[in-house]
Amino acid sequence: MSEIFTKTMARNIYLGGSVFFVLVFLGLTLDTTRRMPKQDNRHNLTEQVALGKKVWEENNCIGCHTLLGEGAYYAPELGNVYKRFGGSKEAIKGFIKSRPVEGIPGRRSMPQFNLTEEELDAIAEFLKYSSEIDTNNWPPNING
Amino acid sequence: MSEAHLSYQSQAVAKPYFMAAIGLFIGQVIFGLIMGMQYVVGDFLFPEIPFNVARMVHTNLLIVWLLFGFMGAAYFLVPEEAERELHSPKLALALFWIFLIAGALTVVGYLSVPYATLAKITGNDLLPTMGREFLEQPTITKVGIVIVALGFIYNVGMTVLSGRKTVINVVLMTGLVGLAVMFLFSFYNPENLVLDKFFWWWVVHLWVEGVWELILGAILAFVLIKTTGVDREVIDKWLYVIIAAALITGIIGTGHHYFWIGTPNYWLWLGSVFSALEPIPFFMMTIFAFNMVNKRRKQHPNKVAVLWAMGTGVMAFLGAGVWGFMHTLAPVNYYTHGTQITAAHGHMAFYGAYAMIVMTIISYAMPKLRGIGNAMSNRAQVVEMWSFWLMTVAMVFITLFLTAAGILQVWLQRYQENAMPFMAAQDQVAIFYWMREVAGGVFMLGLILYVVSFFVKGNGQEAAQPAYG
Repeated sequence: MSEIFTKTMARNIYLGGSVFFVLVFLGLTLDTTRRMPKQDNRHNLTEQVALGKKVWEENNCIGCHTLLGEGAYYAPELGNVYKRFGGSKEAIKGFIKSRPVEGIPGRRSMPQFNLTEEELDAIAEFLKYSSEIDTNNWPPNING
Repeated sequence: MSEAHLSYQSQAVAKPYFMAAIGLFIGQVIFGLIMGMQYVVGDFLFPEIPFNVARMVHTNLLIVWLLFGFMGAAYFLVPEEAERELHSPKLALALFWIFLIAGALTVVGYLSVPYATLAKITGNDLLPTMGREFLEQPTITKVGIVIVALGFIYNVGMTVLSGRKTVINVVLMTGLVGLAVMFLFSFYNPENLVLDKFFWWWVVHLWVEGVWELILGAILAFVLIKTTGVDREVIDKWLYVIIAAALITGIIGTGHHYFWIGTPNYWLWLGSVFSALEPIPFFMMTIFAFNMVNKRRKQHPNKVAVLWAMGTGVMAFLGAGVWGFMHTLAPVNYYTHGTQITAAHGHMAFYGAYAMIVMTIISYAMPKLRGIGNAMSNRAQVVEMWSFWLMTVAMVFITLFLTAAGILQVWLQRYQENAMPFMAAQDQVAIFYWMREVAGGVFMLGLILYVVSFFVKGNGQEAAQPAYG
């Protein structure tokens, strides 16, 4: 076998295979970014949603929660929280606002982030926008 | 003098890198234990160290210690392969301190002020890159990482270019350049969440299931050449085949992250098919390691380094390969996505593939770097072997318990009729989190023993001779 399959052949498979699949991947990326507008809910991407994403990031929400299934697994999925909370932005804001500073004895509790009213509106709007992304029907149910 | 056992004196710069790697590894495990406790005692250390902060420290320390390990590995093996001194040992040492201080300041920042404050004082407004999983570092830290990476690649690259160009060096170099290039996507953070997630994976997936496999393969090949004496031609061929398989499956395999984030549904089958093949390169690594050890032409006295090398193959295959395959097909992933199954896979894959390869090179290089010889004393090796088994078996159990928790979670929260909310399901599976925490304690014990092994004395003669038994 070692005579038939030489090191040069192995190298060529590596180089040829990698270059080929890099090109395929770039092609697929181009195609995906072109099709994305149909699914990514960008027509609802307002300035407020953009601010909400920033609030999301600057409070490290992903450190406990998942968003579309990605993140940490310590706290509930939030990609569909807007729907889980009955389509109510007020409910989302109310939940965030009401977290006790010292936590809940023995239980997991979200920290009190002391967000401003503007930030609360923005994060709620961002979560609404996230819930309207076409995710190929994920998650399986409302629990996320 | 420690240099006596080194082929090239400049290899000595690898030593601080390896020491930092081990130190940060200890920090990572401590924060892992904190998080494990927070899973079952929800208010543990709250609000001083909330879960998200502990997790950020846990994952970021992992990345940083592995990077220290990779850089140390490069500084150690590149001169030996290139058959010349490192281009600039001074630059390597300067970059070490820059990276260590930047890393330490970042962790102190995570722990001492709220994340939002950290974002504010580090100017996240100017170029918002923070707050995305694994890429939580302040933008200025990310810039620091790029500077360190550039200096490192320049230094190692100059050494490779002006020396003997072995396959190992060229593959390692390709992996390291790929690592640096893919990291640049961490600066791209569009307002569009789907676009953000799509390219976020270009850092995360194309690192661990792409270019890092080149680094892993090169280090493994180096240690196997050195410890088995098998002909370089044979090893080179294996290395090419392994990395070919890694990239052919892994690049399009990125698609297994594009199932549910708002991307076209052709990724469902593309991602499923290609990522289902991703275990192949890891399986090859196992066969490779065992084959080379079987065909060995010499009995290298550093038996524990060989143990780590074989362990890497097996555990990478189990963790990355088998546990990855378990939930990579879209119809399965539809239910398991973002559950403890993912956590189970993540733990064993990172330990098996990347933690263990760094331990392999440290185990091989450290006796030389410390001027002890080709191997530690028999006694020290036995202690290190104990640490190998304790950590590895503990990680198997951590993975099994998380898998059990994950399967139950999927059933309770997503699959059964009258499925229950997230927190209700979490309460139901708490017993597995307790068992995971116990296994985590055993892991810590193994890690302590690992550190102890560096201080175990044996008589000097033993080290120079083959260590049997």
